[in-house]
Amino acid sequence: MSEQQEYLDVSVWRGDASSGDYQSFRVPEYASQTILDVVSWIQQNADPTLTYRFACRVGMCGSCAMMVNGSPRWTCRTHVKKVAGKDRKLKIAPLRNLPVIKDLAADMAPFFDKWVKAGGRHAPSATRNDPIPQIKPESAGRDAANAGIECINCSVCYAACDTVTGNPDYLGPAALQRAWTIVNDEKHGNRDAVIEIVSAAGGCHNCHSMGSCTLHCPNDLDPMSAIAGLKRLTARNFFKRGA
Amino acid sequence: MLNIRLYLAQRISAMIMVPFVITHIAVMIYAIQGGLSAAEILGRTQGSVFWFLFYGMFVAAVSVHAAIGVRVIVSETTGLRGSALSLLSGASFLLFLFLGARAVMAVTVSA
Amino acid sequence: MRGHRNHPLWFAFLLHRLSGLGLALFLPAHFWMLSMVLTNPEGFDGFARWTDHPLVKFAEFGLVFLLAVHLFGGLRLLALEFLPWPARHKTLAAASIAGAFLVSGAFFLNAV
Repeated sequence: MSEQQEYLDVSVWRGDASSGDYQSFRVPEYASQTILDVVSWIQQNADPTLTYRFACRVGMCGSCAMMVNGSPRWTCRTHVKKVAGKDRKLKIAPLRNLPVIKDLAADMAPFFDKWVKAGGRHAPSATRNDPIPQIKPESAGRDAANAGIECINCSVCYAACDTVTGNPDYLGPAALQRAWTIVNDEKHGNRDAVIEIVSAAGGCHNCHSMGSCTLHCPNDLDPMSAIAGLKRLTARNFFKRGA
Repeated sequence: MLNIRLYLAQRISAMIMVPFVITHIAVMIYAIQGGLSAAEILGRTQGSVFWFLFYGMFVAAVSVHAAIGVRVIVSETTGLRGSALSLLSGASFLLFLFLGARAVMAVTVSA
Repeated sequence: MRGHRNHPLWFAFLLHRLSGLGLALFLPAHFWMLSMVLTNPEGFDGFARWTDHPLVKFAEFGLVFLLAVHLFGGLRLLALEFLPWPARHKTLAAASIAGAFLVSGAFFLNAV
């Protein structure tokens, strides 16, 4: 007794930075199938020229995010069953707010440039000859930093954010959340510079608290609250310095 | 497009306006009973230092607040940046302030 | 509707932006009309009589709603940004809209 094979109706974005369109594929449906499985099936069985990016397949590396039915998702951990409706339709596109390289591969350079700009590189506050500073795990600053450090740089929040869409200079939720972990990290040597950057044009004060970042973050992080933390901190510092 | 100074100007003007807006809505609900007339409004407001200060501060705060709001919306929807954007927000601030000040003078300073 | 915008806080943002834009566009007209009180009282009263029209009444209700919804939405944002409590964002967003309907409804009932 064999079960009848069901098929998914998949539209995939094909094209490059200058132009493109959706192409339809009929993909067999399997149990526990992920969106990345669907894309891989197309590349292996229907069109080997399909370009996309992935690495770990287990939600660690942050390489495989795409727009799935209009929302940014990590495709390796997104089950087809969760996002395809009863009509078994899928629409897969490269991440929003980033230039397209080809097909489903978005150019992540602007995202990482902003990450570095907002203090992505660690600035040491001591040398290897100094004693290791003691940080209490239960301190408020450590709590705040811990809340944001599990970011995998998948750019899902960046693609979800309409403030990024309207303002290309805006650092975006991931970079600003990184900045928030740094200003709460006692071991970071250049916290004032980070505060300076997030206070300038393009910084945290452009955020409209739409909450799309927090809603879509696959790791359940809360960039919106981290950015609110930065707004509060920078406002307090502004009046302290002014007085 | 918004740095900390503009952000704080936006939020502080908002906080200042909270009691003004609540009072404004309350006065509206009270004042429209039985229809509006120029005489009724002037009878309440003309020569009153309280209403002069109330509406004067309200207009100043709303001019700041609305000009920054316009700045953000224009920039995010049309992509306008730099000095052209600053010129536009400055001009809209002055327009709000001028028209608002004229209205406050009209209703509170006795002829 | 599917898509990254389909959630309550995004709609709260949209409502705040549209109400703010509406108020900013209305403000110059409002100021201009008020300065007429002194320079041209007959013109103002003519305008005030015009406000008896039901359609205008409804537009007034809309303006009060815009002001109220921008007020409550703004209070929600100030709480989110300046009070470090773990806010119930969706509940607050819904409460802002409910409050705005209550206030503008009270205005409307008084106006008709």
